[in-house]
Formats: sequence, C-alpha cells, structure tokens
Amino acid sequence: MKREPPRRLADYAPLLFPAAMLTGFFVVPFGIMVAVSFFRRHQGGFYTPDFVLANYERFLTPFFANVLGFSLLLSAMAAAACVLLGLPFTYLLTRLPRRPQILWLVALLSILSLSEVIIGFAWSTIFSRTAGITNLLVALGLMREPMALLPGFGALLTAMIYQALPYTILVLYPAFARLDPTLVEAARTLGASPIRAFLNVVVPALRNTIFATLIMAFVFALGCYLLPQMLGRPQHWTLSVLITDQAIYQSNMPFAAAMAVFLVLVSLGLIGLTLLVGAKEEGR
Amino acid sequence: MSKISNGGTNRRSVLIGGLAGAAAVAMPAILRAQDKSLKVGVYGGYFKDSFDKHIFPEFTKATGIGVEAVAEPTGEAWLVQLQQAAKAGQAPADVSMMSQVAMLKGQATDLWAPLDMSKLPNTSNLVERFINKYPDGRVAGIGAVSWYITLVSNTKIFPEAPASWAVLWDPANKDKLGLLALVSNSFLLEVTAKTYFGGTKALDTEEGILKALAKLAELKPNVRLWYRDEAQFEQALKSGEIPMGQYYHDVTGLAAADGHPVRSTFPKEGGILDSGCWAVSSASKKTAEAHEFINYMSQPAIQALMSRKVGTSPTVKRELTDLTDAEFGAVSSAIDPIVPRYDLYQSKSDWLNQKWTELIVG
Repeated sequence: MKREPPRRLADYAPLLFPAAMLTGFFVVPFGIMVAVSFFRRHQGGFYTPDFVLANYERFLTPFFANVLGFSLLLSAMAAAACVLLGLPFTYLLTRLPRRPQILWLVALLSILSLSEVIIGFAWSTIFSRTAGITNLLVALGLMREPMALLPGFGALLTAMIYQALPYTILVLYPAFARLDPTLVEAARTLGASPIRAFLNVVVPALRNTIFATLIMAFVFALGCYLLPQMLGRPQHWTLSVLITDQAIYQSNMPFAAAMAVFLVLVSLGLIGLTLLVGAKEEGR
Repeated sequence: MSKISNGGTNRRSVLIGGLAGAAAVAMPAILRAQDKSLKVGVYGGYFKDSFDKHIFPEFTKATGIGVEAVAEPTGEAWLVQLQQAAKAGQAPADVSMMSQVAMLKGQATDLWAPLDMSKLPNTSNLVERFINKYPDGRVAGIGAVSWYITLVSNTKIFPEAPASWAVLWDPANKDKLGLLALVSNSFLLEVTAKTYFGGTKALDTEEGILKALAKLAELKPNVRLWYRDEAQFEQALKSGEIPMGQYYHDVTGLAAADGHPVRSTFPKEGGILDSGCWAVSSASKKTAEAHEFINYMSQPAIQALMSRKVGTSPTVKRELTDLTDAEFGAVSSAIDPIVPRYDLYQSKSDWLNQKWTELIVG
C-alpha cells in the first residue's frame, strides 16, 4: 500500500480525533497540574492561585532526590525483569497451537482486571507468616518454621512484576505473532542452536518493539503507589506514595502537583534519552 | 467488652442485620419526601455498620428524616474530598463526623457552615470542650463521639496484656508492630512525650519535638507496618501476623466481641483521646435537617446508646447518661488520657509532616 502525503486540509481530518483526545485527557489535566504546582499553599488550609516557587524549592533536597532515585531504579528493575521474563514467554507462546494460545491470553487478560489493592492484599497473604507459602514449605519439610517474606524489597518487586507482566506480554505478542518463522528456520538450518537463534535473530529483529515495551513497563511501574505501602518498608516508598500523602492526607495540592510535574518531566526525559540512543543505533 | 454487642453474633450476621435494617428504614423515608433526607458521613467499616443498624433507624423513627449513610475514609482524606466538592458547590455528605485535626483544618478554610445554637437546645448537655468554635465565636461543629486510640495486641501471641506504651520500644518486639503512618493521626509524638518526657508540654518547642522524634526513631526496627488504611492493620492484628500496635479502642472491642483474639489495653500513660464532631458542609442545602440531626444526637440517651452499640465514649456529661460504671469503663478509662496537641497540626503542619516523613522513610 502506497501512502500519499496529505495535501488538503481534509487529509488531516483523521488526526483530529486523537489530537482532541490527547488535548482533553493529557494536555489540559497536565496544564492544570503545572498551574497548581505554582499556587500558594496555606498551611492548615487549602491554596490560592499565585506564582510561587516554594513548592519546587521544598522538593529540591537530598531527601527527595533519594526517593526519586529509588523510584526510578525500582521501576527500571521491574521493567527490565518484565521484559526478560516476557520475551522468552511470548516467543514460546506464539509457537503453541491456537487453542492453548487463546487460553493463555485470556488468563493474562483476566489478571488485568485485578486492581492494585487486590494484587497487594493477595501478595501480602502469600508472603505472610500465618497463611503464606512458607507454611507449604514447612509442610513439605523444607523449612523449620513459617516466616514472613514481607515487608521488603523482594516482595515489592515481585508484586510489581506480577502487575506489569501481562501488559508486557500483550504488547510483545503482536510483534512475535507477525514474526516470519522462516527467519528462525534459516538460522537453525545454518546450525544455530534454538537459544542462539532466539538471541541472535529474533531479539534483534524485534529491537524496536522491545524498546517500546521496556518504556511502557517502566512508566506503568512508576505509577505504583499502593504496593510499596503494603509490601515494602518505608524506605521503599516511591515518590508516588509521597505524592499521595501530600494530595490526599495533607491537602497540600501545590506540593503534590510540583512533585508530580517533576516526576513526569524526569520520566519523559529518560524516555527521550532512550529513544535518542535507539535512533542513533538505528542510524548506524 | 461483651456489653457492646450481644455475644454470639458473628460479623456476617451483624452485616446482614445492618443491611436489612438500613433497607427497611431507608425505603419509606425515600418514598415520603425527597427533601426529608440527609446524607451523613461516618467512618466506614464496623463503625458505619453499627450506626446503620442501631442509631440511624432510631433517628428516622423519631423525626421522619431518612438517613443515607456515606462511608468516609480517614478524616484528612475525607476533608480534602469535601473541600474539593464544596468548591464545585457539591456536598458528598451534608453532615460528616470529623476528627479534630480535620475539623480544625476545615475551619481554616471556612468549610463548615456555622451552626445556629438556638436550634440545638440539647447541646447544653455537652461537655464544653466538645463544641468547636471559629475564632470569631461562630460554632463550627458539635461533638459527636469521642474515642480512644489504645495499645492493642493479639491475645494468642501475647497472653499477657502489655502495660505501658514503652513496649513499643522493647527490642523483643522487633518487627511486630503496626502503627499509624501519619504524624497527624498517629499522635505518636504525644505518646513519646508522655511516656519519656513528662507530658505533651515537652512539645512546646521545636527542640522538644525534635527530641521526641529522635526517641521515636528508636522504635523503627520494631515496626512491621506503617498503615494509612485501617483495614490493612485490622486484618493482620486479628490473624496475629502483626500482633501488636496502636488502634481504635471501639472497633477493637467490636472485633473482640465477634470472637477475634484481640484486646485493647489502656496503658498506664493513658490512651490517646480524640473526638469526632458533627460538621455541616457549607455546600449543603439541608441545614434544617442537619440541625435536627445534630440536636437529636446530642441527647444523653442516644449518647448512651452509641456507647453500648458502637463502643464510643460520650460527649455529653457522664452523669446525664444512664451508663453503668461497667458500661462506661468499657468505652473509657479512669487513667488520665493523652490529649493530642491539635495546635501543632495547625501551626506547624508542614514542618512536622516533613520531619516525620524524613524520620520514617530516611
């Protein structure tokens, strides 16, 4: 199919709908948030429209830099783990017969119907001392007595991976399904082992998809604010948790907005950087 | 505690009873007239269930005003929702039960409609300090109930009831505690001051507050969960997963009466005494009904009913109620309570919040 470059105004019409959605659901709310982040906070009260930098000043401290750094690191780890797990899984999934494939996809979609609260409570039960998996290990004679596996970094990361993995797989799936099977066959004919063929042929062929998936999983994980409270220790609370505290409990909307704006800008910056690196490699 | 709820009822039957009761009562009220109804916000869970079952039906019977109970989250979160809604001219609830910190924060933004005391004759029954006033003398809220936050423990894990708040610092309790996550609802600064520094006057200066915070930092290794949501801790306390912590005396009593292995103890330094006010959102158009509701709730007989059924402590003078010593003892204590330093959460709220967050997270 050959694509004609748009010539008349009407040719741009299909753009209108997405543009309106983007404006209505992203640009306007984000604009309001940016505006509020400059408003004046009244301690013990609410806020009034103004232009002050105090909210950003309060944020620019080593304390919040640490929290921001941890949030980014945690999300990056969750995203990386999701892609590492999702890649071989999706590849093997697309090679299954149609029926089991559909069953797997339905199961994955059903995980998406679970809210963060339910996922958090489920994992806190699984990791608990009184009802958790360690009781199973004790019953099997592998452990002396049951113990709590939470709160901690491992528990938090596990739940975050659980939450983001279905998205990862669903984004990877179409690309893997469309991948020409003869590519792998050719590699195998030339003597490559299955693992070698996967790493040297399949992964490079889908590099852009993998990049996009990584970014999506990262952004998704960054929004997590309940799991860190339920499964982590306070030092594992992400910036999203502190934003919630300010917005919901301290009624400090300006400060919450300033932190949120900062978080969005930093993550947009990181994504831009990633794309830039990707584009450079492409050009080589 | 068995005074509060007749033994033998489990949680489910309480819930079903509550639902059936609420439905039976709400139906005719809705049919009667659109404007003879009132949306009332009370804390969700056991608390709201008990109000729905025992208190609101009595009010509807007496006045013909139907009550639609709204489950509200922790005071501060509800305050923000009410403030945002009021800006848009909406009132998610006409009357809300607000904790003191949220009450004072709402007063700072003129959120509460001033109340007309001539329409609230029963409030003369109240202990004076339970009437909240704006600085210019207008009445912002009327004491609904008071409650205690106490030291709670799981009876299976701790056969002996703890005696002092100091157990929170005991190294033997490593990783065993559930504490409230916010400076303004845990009141742990006051607990620390009373337990180790001779009283809450120690918090008068920033220096004193920093000393209390430093002492509090010592108990961090003992805390397994800093909770924002009551349900998170309640479940863990019942199962023994997190066997000790601070929690509400009233709902712990209701849980114990339902057969869960939990107990609430007044430590020798005293329980934390907080109270809830009935306050009317300035966006509400049901001022007349709201006054009627608040006036009704300020009767000694209704206050006694709430003590028996909800487990709260009365805001009217005790001698006006017909509560027996045993009944009063179940919802209160003769030990001098720890009274929160509400003034701090007004004048130093952001500074305190920042120091507190750094203490917990750092």
